[in-house]
Amino acid sequence: MAPGPAPCTVRSPVVLQVGDVKTDLARPGVAIIDVVLPPAQPLDLQEIVFKNSYTAFLTVRVQRRRPCDVGREGARKWVTCLWNHCLMPSPHTETGSQDYFSLFRHQMLCDVDQVTAVRLILRQPSPVWLNFTLEELRLYPKDQQSLQTDFPTWLSHLAPQQQPENLHGGIPDPEKVSTEVQQLWVLTEMIHANQTAARIGRFDVDGCYDINLLSYT
Amino acid sequence: MMLEQDTGLSLAIAQIVQRLKGSSLHSQLERQARGSLHKPEIKLESLKEDIKEFLKTSGWEKRLQNAVYSELNVFPSPCHPAAPPEHMKEPLVYMRKAQGSWEKRILKSLNSMCTELSIPLARKRPIREQKELLNKWNEMGTDEPDLSLFRPVYAPKDFLEVLMNLRNPNYENGDQPSFKNHLGLIQVPLKVKDIPELRDYFSELGLNTGQLGIDDSTQVPPELFENEHVRVGQTVLTEQDSAAAQQYVRQGCPTALRAELWALILNISNQPEDILYYEQLKSNVIQHDLLVDSLIYKDVKLTASNDDYYFVFEDYLYQVLLCFSRDTSVLEHFSYNSATPPKSYIRGKLGVEEYAVFYPPNGVIPFHGFSMYVAPLCFLYHEPSKLYQIFREMYVRFFFRLHSISSHPSGIVSLCLLFETLLQTHLPQLFYHLREIGAQPLRISFKWMVRAFSGYLATDQLLLLWDRILGYNSLEILAVLAAAVFAFRAVNLMEVTSLAAAEAVLADLSTLKVMPLLQIFLFATVT
Repeated sequence: MAPGPAPCTVRSPVVLQVGDVKTDLARPGVAIIDVVLPPAQPLDLQEIVFKNSYTAFLTVRVQRRRPCDVGREGARKWVTCLWNHCLMPSPHTETGSQDYFSLFRHQMLCDVDQVTAVRLILRQPSPVWLNFTLEELRLYPKDQQSLQTDFPTWLSHLAPQQQPENLHGGIPDPEKVSTEVQQLWVLTEMIHANQTAARIGRFDVDGCYDINLLSYT
Repeated sequence: MMLEQDTGLSLAIAQIVQRLKGSSLHSQLERQARGSLHKPEIKLESLKEDIKEFLKTSGWEKRLQNAVYSELNVFPSPCHPAAPPEHMKEPLVYMRKAQGSWEKRILKSLNSMCTELSIPLARKRPIREQKELLNKWNEMGTDEPDLSLFRPVYAPKDFLEVLMNLRNPNYENGDQPSFKNHLGLIQVPLKVKDIPELRDYFSELGLNTGQLGIDDSTQVPPELFENEHVRVGQTVLTEQDSAAAQQYVRQGCPTALRAELWALILNISNQPEDILYYEQLKSNVIQHDLLVDSLIYKDVKLTASNDDYYFVFEDYLYQVLLCFSRDTSVLEHFSYNSATPPKSYIRGKLGVEEYAVFYPPNGVIPFHGFSMYVAPLCFLYHEPSKLYQIFREMYVRFFFRLHSISSHPSGIVSLCLLFETLLQTHLPQLFYHLREIGAQPLRISFKWMVRAFSGYLATDQLLLLWDRILGYNSLEILAVLAAAVFAFRAVNLMEVTSLAAAEAVLADLSTLKVMPLLQIFLFATVT
């Protein structure tokens, strides 16, 4: 299986500041993060995953390569594919401030194939936060969601397709069924017994629970 | 929420299926399904449908529903798959850090107590002692061990100091007061509900809905509300439906039905294996002597034994709390609690991972007043094993939130902030006055909330309050009541000039009627 996120360079955020950054008292409310993809490998974007850090609204713009654009460097177009997506429903308070988010292809306003660059426009209208950005930013190509690699495997076995038993071949041998059922019974009883043992939950190690002090690590 | 809805849903379903698979309900269902094969109404050609129908009619489907409902109530919905496990404990990094350093303080305090008194944290009891303890299991209160050297690890007051110093490092915490600083003691910018949101959330407590605690008073003829409400309660119990019971108790439980309704909501049935489990815990208490036992003894002696309502339950409290400290199934709740259980090593095996253990075995270190979480339940349940299970479930659903630092809406930090915000918006003059005379309201109300008002209200009133905690699956009502109490005493409080005087005004809450207070505060006050 191919590795997860697409290779890309995430530039550090640039804040939009009116006046001098050092002396101006007003805090910037907008920041921009540029993500550059290797020029030879345009990306069919499936999902953007990140950890929020006090960004309230997010706009995503992408630069796409069109077949007709090949060879004309200046003609590549920027399009907005997500407009002021809310990450913090109440920007003065913590809700959503440090949560993990996924933005999927179907949430986008336009198709996001053949992407050569992504620009994230971060907004934070509340002046109470000292900084805002996005962390752990990753882009996933199509057919390869972050979820697939991270989902526990048993999830895909959630509802196994049950094969209806073929009864046309006549009734099975009762002797055989009986032994099989008995085996099954023994097995379930064993599992049952094991479960109760697990629930009782021992806290000692080999019968010993003599402790002097607590460990700080 | 942050995932696609479908994925979030299937993840939640998968999580519940996974957890129920290990439960005894799962094997019981299997056994029932197997047993049903002998029945004539189960046909081979429609086996699956027939068994489903059988489980439905025989009441097993309802039990499965209740189990699922209970899981949904207890466990938070699954996090984003990219989030690390600690994110589920607490999403805000600075809160996790604060909880971590608070725990370290507790560990140090326990360790220094061990060193000072030169006693171990845990040891095996000699056989003679084991027999002695077994003989006096039902009268442990008669024992008067010398506990003068033991001190509670911490009291609510110490915990409040920690919460007051909580700061978000990314927040503008300027020295000059501005709109960004809170006027109260809590300085963390959490989202708490305002009055319109609370009215919406607690809509069943409104003026037009019948309430036990108001509409069952002697002046009101029982035909108007009480009789009908009791009848509905009996139907809910016959149906054995947890969700219906939870909705029902929002209007209060009739005293005679409360024990059963709470058990139904908490999905506690006291099966033979549960009784066996309790006996196992008891034998663990007999075998091992823990330092926390002395803390529990001391706490019961200092609190419940001195309480007019609860002193009769002293022996029950020891039994439940000692068993609780040995119960490793409590450890499970640390997956959604910001706290982390203390770790230690078996003597002589320091640093060897195979000998690493949690201490105490349930991971919970009791503090001053802990036993008051159990005491009110003693009025409802007389069988120790059932009392024990109800308490454990109440703890892993609610009470742990009252002494861990987290951003959860039912967490103590949010409750404090909700209380301060409500008081400030509702009664700005009172808030300002108390603040000016150095009697910050939270300094008085904090202990009420940490104990969920246990030991402060009359028991019938306390149980009416806890009905609503269970009904709404939320502790926010505690903060609302705390603010309502201040509003009720506002006239007297406006006249005081010191913290001590303010405390005196609010010293006795045992005459208060909680439901009228809540209703007036939420629905009948013009803001």
